[in-house]
Amino acid sequence: MPTAEKTLDEILTLAAAHFKVPREKLSPDGDFFKTLGIDSLQTLDLLTKLENHFRVELPDYELQGVSDFRTLAEKIQARL
Amino acid sequence: MLDLQKYTCLGAVLRDALERFGSETCLIEADRDREKVRLTYSDFKEISLPLARALEDAEFDAGDRAAILMTNQSKWLISAYAIFYSGGVLVPLDYKLTAAEQLQLLEHSKAKVLVVEYHLWRAIMQAPEFHNIKTKLVLVTEAPLGADLAGGFRWEDFKRKGAPDFVMRQREDVACIVYSSGTGGRPKGCVLTHENYLEQCRALTAWYPFWPGVRYLSILPTNHAIDFMVGFIGPFVCGACVVHLRTLRPEFVRDAFVRYRITYVALVPMILKNLERGLRAKFDELPGWKRAILNRMIGLNKMLTGGKARVKLSRALLPQVHRAFGGELLALITGGAFMEPSAMQFFYDLGIPVVNGYGLTEAGTALTLNDLKPFRADTVGKPLPGVELRVLSPNEEGIGEIAARSKTVMSHYLDDAEMTLETIVDGWLLTGDLGRFDESGHLQLFGRKKNMIVTEGGKNIYPEDIETVFDGLPVKEYCVFAANYVWPQKELGREMLVIALRLEQNQRFDSTLLGEMATRNRRLPDFKRVGGYVIWERDFPRTASMKIKRQALAEELGKTVERGAVVKL
Repeated sequence: MPTAEKTLDEILTLAAAHFKVPREKLSPDGDFFKTLGIDSLQTLDLLTKLENHFRVELPDYELQGVSDFRTLAEKIQARL
Repeated sequence: MLDLQKYTCLGAVLRDALERFGSETCLIEADRDREKVRLTYSDFKEISLPLARALEDAEFDAGDRAAILMTNQSKWLISAYAIFYSGGVLVPLDYKLTAAEQLQLLEHSKAKVLVVEYHLWRAIMQAPEFHNIKTKLVLVTEAPLGADLAGGFRWEDFKRKGAPDFVMRQREDVACIVYSSGTGGRPKGCVLTHENYLEQCRALTAWYPFWPGVRYLSILPTNHAIDFMVGFIGPFVCGACVVHLRTLRPEFVRDAFVRYRITYVALVPMILKNLERGLRAKFDELPGWKRAILNRMIGLNKMLTGGKARVKLSRALLPQVHRAFGGELLALITGGAFMEPSAMQFFYDLGIPVVNGYGLTEAGTALTLNDLKPFRADTVGKPLPGVELRVLSPNEEGIGEIAARSKTVMSHYLDDAEMTLETIVDGWLLTGDLGRFDESGHLQLFGRKKNMIVTEGGKNIYPEDIETVFDGLPVKEYCVFAANYVWPQKELGREMLVIALRLEQNQRFDSTLLGEMATRNRRLPDFKRVGGYVIWERDFPRTASMKIKRQALAEELGKTVERGAVVKL
């Protein structure tokens, strides 16, 4: 099982590729809605990609209230 | 469809629908690409009556209130029917609120029963306010066997044998209490009668009928007035089928259109935009020659459907586009928030009509709807049958506050006579929205008179409701406004919340304060967040009881500070 830090790092890399932004623009604790100017549906789109990558399944409600990559990584890590 | 004029309550009309359309499919529930439930009207009856009987045995009586707190799924509708069958009053609660907010509304509604999904119930049980819960009977769906439910029962086990007694209600009796907002201290519980719903359903189906074989994709929350009507009552009284999708993942939404050959779907702007983005991306991937052919066919479709929607012709001209939506889509229904005309036009040009409407919870569901004769992306349509609208105190351009009179207008706000008197005057509902009618009788909206915003996801956000998150902010005083309330726009859209700050004497606005504001802001769900701040140099005007005079402050701010001075948060 990857470490929590590695999971977070992979998520940041995948998110940067998905939203076509430089990796360094994304921070673990920043508000991704604000940084990326995205809405909750676009976040769900990313989540599907992350699920396929990590081979886990998260219900939509797990993402409710999540607005930073670190919390998102914790939710994924808990299911690995 | 059933003749709604003959009925006095939702329970009776639904009961007859279950008999009349017995072998038709009424409900499909899918999670991602997995179908979990498929029920005929007869199956629905078989499942719901034992629940109604168990409610009866639990002394759930006529007029008692039962709240439902669930995402879109079959048990939502089954529970709602059992509640109506028992003569109860349904309180649909928003599953996207925080547990504390849900508990607040539960208490305000005095619900005797709560039907709730397990993951939401777990969050509620962990809330500090949980020990105050007064709801006597809690039914938890999908709870694992042996899970600690804090006295609640598993929904799946809560059933009794034997036929329950049907409890008839009259048209003037309360059917639902629907909260349009007000979690911050003054809940706005719209009390809607059986007559409100029956008349709303009659008006909507007069223009857009359902019939057996129609499949409606339910992705707006069923607690929302639109989905409750067009994703439950409307389809059921016509023998149509509701398809629940337990995810909003765009790829599965797109897949559901095809898998279930969807006929109608109601959307908010955020979802429509997402579909548009997906289509545009696909168009961009086409090789140049294919793109040129597509553009030509779109041009031809525009020319042939400009005066009137011709879906069959459009399907023949643009088969790939229509196949991507299942091939049987008749229209996208939009409402609940401002819709960009360009997004609606994009779909119409592809031969997919967008039926835009306008309404508010206080008026049932919809007051106006586009009749597609012809399609108009620049208006919210014409008043539905039985709806009277007028423009109050119009200015020189004919723009004024829209007032509505209709059998669909709510009875009152729950336990708030003062707000009811301010909102319903001489039988007219004051909507707080500004608009005018054009020469063809279409309503055009131009902004709001009220201090609130509606998000792209269709959520009404009132500044007073989110101010508590800034309690204790180290400033002298603060107040949150809808930007368009302070700086009126002659359009909808560009809506955001702004916090006005009055600093202490000699206090400087620094990064610590900014960080504190940002941290607090992030405690709010993303759609409720404040978008910017403005510093105000004077003390806020206050009433004798020291309440901020919001309107006076907004007027002063609007006159003294330009909208451009708002700094993004």
